[in-house]
Amino acid sequence: MLIKLLYDFFKNNLILRTSSDKPNSMTFDQIKKKLKTKTVGIAGAGGLGSNCAVALARSGIGKLIIADFDVVSESNLNRQYYFYNQIGQIKVNALKENINQINPEVHITVHNTKIDRLNFPYIFSECDIIVEAFDKAEEKQMLIETALTEFPKKPIISGLGMAGYGNSNSLRSRQIDNLYICGDETSEISEDNPPLAPRVGIIANMQANLVLEILLNS
Amino acid sequence: MTITLNNRTETIDADKLSVSELLNYKNFTFKLLLVKLNGNLIKKDKFSETIINDDDKVDVIHMISGG
Repeated sequence: MLIKLLYDFFKNNLILRTSSDKPNSMTFDQIKKKLKTKTVGIAGAGGLGSNCAVALARSGIGKLIIADFDVVSESNLNRQYYFYNQIGQIKVNALKENINQINPEVHITVHNTKIDRLNFPYIFSECDIIVEAFDKAEEKQMLIETALTEFPKKPIISGLGMAGYGNSNSLRSRQIDNLYICGDETSEISEDNPPLAPRVGIIANMQANLVLEILLNS
Repeated sequence: MTITLNNRTETIDADKLSVSELLNYKNFTFKLLLVKLNGNLIKKDKFSETIINDDDKVDVIHMISGG
């Protein structure tokens, strides 16, 4: 009896403390209701983009705008959200199909095109947030510079530095005005330091987590 | 002068210096860098003519392949 009383006391107080420590705590239904009105742009449907889009779809995001020009290849399957029978398919179409299998309520617009400085503002103008999910450093720079120039207030979340394996604690995020960076900001991909599912997945989900944080706290 | 570089206070023995000079001074030799000065993006072709003054906030971000 005493144990039961103690148990109830701690249980109740722990729950009370948790909810008061998090003024923004919401039920999943409340989260989905708020996210349903939001649009997120995903620039690139590779390791970061495909996994980030899937995490946002599972969370109940209303609309995704996904742009990429590539097709699914066997070498993508070590980290990207595609299946063996999708090899050869246009990535954005394959990703739309996979997201539909997870959450058919997500509205998805795809652009099977290479993003550049000119088409970027048209593709992503209606987004509440843009996720930079490119592979090459030059492309990342083009995208971030264009985003900061075209949309000075819109949050942009970039993935920088996640090659290799191990050292999870080096992966972090930081904010510079409306630019958010996820990654260790040092690990560059190379023959000896390939991108692998765990660290790429951590960053993709870190980006998705920041999207939720920004959208739900706004 | 004292500036904030990547969220850290940095004291430099000069009244002012250009973005290029700061990058050299700090040995930021990485080929792909994104620079923000007081919240504004500074493009590469403006690095030598853009002057950093006392109390300025500078962010230097390395562009790294992988994703």
